[in-house]
Amino acid sequence: MQHNKLEILHLTKRFGEKTLFEDLNLTVEEPAVLWAPSGWGKTTLLRVLMGLETPTSGSVQGVGRVSAVFQEDRLCPQLNAVQNVALVLPGLETQYKEQIETCFQQLGLDLTALVLPARKLSGGQKRRVALLRALLAPSDTLLLDEPFTGMDPETLQKAAALIRERGGGKNVLLATHDRDAIAALGWPVIQLAE
Amino acid sequence: MKQTKKSRLWLAAVVFWLVVWQGAAMAIGQEVFLVSPLQAFGTLVQLLPQAEFWQRVAFSAGHILLGFVLGGVCSVLLAVAAERWLWVDAMLAPVMQLVKATPVASFIILALVWVSGKSLSILISFLMVLPVLYGAVRTGLESADPQLLEMARVFRLPLGRRVKAIWLPAVLPAFRQGCSVALGICWKSGVAAEVIGLPDGSIGDALYRAKITLSTGELFAWTFVIIVLSAAFEKLFLALLDKAVARVLGEEAV
Repeated sequence: MQHNKLEILHLTKRFGEKTLFEDLNLTVEEPAVLWAPSGWGKTTLLRVLMGLETPTSGSVQGVGRVSAVFQEDRLCPQLNAVQNVALVLPGLETQYKEQIETCFQQLGLDLTALVLPARKLSGGQKRRVALLRALLAPSDTLLLDEPFTGMDPETLQKAAALIRERGGGKNVLLATHDRDAIAALGWPVIQLAE
Repeated sequence: MKQTKKSRLWLAAVVFWLVVWQGAAMAIGQEVFLVSPLQAFGTLVQLLPQAEFWQRVAFSAGHILLGFVLGGVCSVLLAVAAERWLWVDAMLAPVMQLVKATPVASFIILALVWVSGKSLSILISFLMVLPVLYGAVRTGLESADPQLLEMARVFRLPLGRRVKAIWLPAVLPAFRQGCSVALGICWKSGVAAEVIGLPDGSIGDALYRAKITLSTGELFAWTFVIIVLSAAFEKLFLALLDKAVARVLGEEAV
C-alpha cells in the first residue's frame, strides 16, 4: 500500500532557555530506528509528531493518523489486555477478540494473563499490550518510543518480528537505545546525534 | 473476625446510649421533655399500621429524592460544562460558594416566596445536593489520568469510549463519596423545609404537629423514621452505584 512519506522540516524545539533540537530535517520513507543519546529529545520529537507538542519552529508533513507506543504504557488499568487493544479499534470488541488473542500468543502472552485487568499485569506484559494496541490500531504513522522496555531477549525477538510484520505500508519510527532490538529489527538507523 | 468484633462494639455502644437515654428519661420523669426509648418505640409501633404513616413517608421520600436526582443530574451537567469551558467554571464558582455558605433556613424562607410549600422540599434538597455533587464530580474529572487522555487524543478515541474507559472510572469513586454525603444532607434539609413549609401529608408536617401538641413520643418516633429512611436510601442507592462502579472498573476494584 502506498503511503505518504513522513517529512520533518527545519524543526526546532526549545523549553525556555534549553534547546532540545534545532533545525532538524528528516525524510522517512521506510521503517527506521531513531537513535540518540539520553536527553537528546527523542520522546519530545515523537510527541511533536503525535501532535501533543507544538514545535518552536518548523513543521512536519505526511503524519496522518497516528498510533503509538508511548514512553509509559498508558493502559486503562480496569480493562484487560484484549479490551485495551479493542478500545482503539473501530467496531465491537468481539470482532477482533480472536485476532488479538492470536497476536498476543505470538508475543508470548499466555491466555490467563489476557483476562486480568491491566493493573495486575507485569511491566513486560503491559508493554506488550501497549505495543499490540499500537500495531493493530488503524494508522498511517506508527511511532514507537522504547517499545521493548521490560522484555526478555526471547520476547524482544518475537515483538520485533511482529513489528516488522504489522508495520508494513506505514511510516514507522521507533526510538530505542537497545542494540539487540536494533539488530533484531534490521531497519536503517537514523542517528540523531553522535 | 475483626468485622464481627467491630459490630459487637457498635451494638454495645448503641445499648449503652439507650440505657443512658432510658435513665435520663426516668430521672426527668416528664414525658413532655424527654420520652424514654421504650415509649418512643411504642409510639412508632402504633404509627406503623396506619395508612397515613406510609402516605407521609411516600410523600416526603418522593419529594426529597426527586430533589436529589435533579441535583445529581444538574451537578453532573454543570461540572462537565465547567471542566470544558473556563467561563462556565468562573460563572458557577460564586454561585456554588453562595449556596454552600447560605444557611438552609434562609433558603427555605426565601424559597417559600417563590414556590408552594408542597414543592419546597424538592427545591431545598436540590439546592443542598447541588454544590456537594458538583464538587465531587469536579474532583473526579480533575483526577482523570492526563496520560490516558493524551492516549485517547492520539488514537482518536470516540467520545463514548473516552467516557466509558477514562472519565467514568475517574469520576465514579468521587461521585459515590459525594452521594453518600448528599443523601444525608438532602433528608435533613428536605424535612426541615417541610417543617417550615408544612405541606399536607408530609413527615415535616407530622413533626410540626407533634411539636405543637407536645407529643414528644411522636416527635421521637418520626425522627427515628427519618434517620432510618435516610440510612436505608443511602445504603440502597450506594449499593446500586457500587454495582455500576464494579461494571465499569471491574469487579475487584470496589
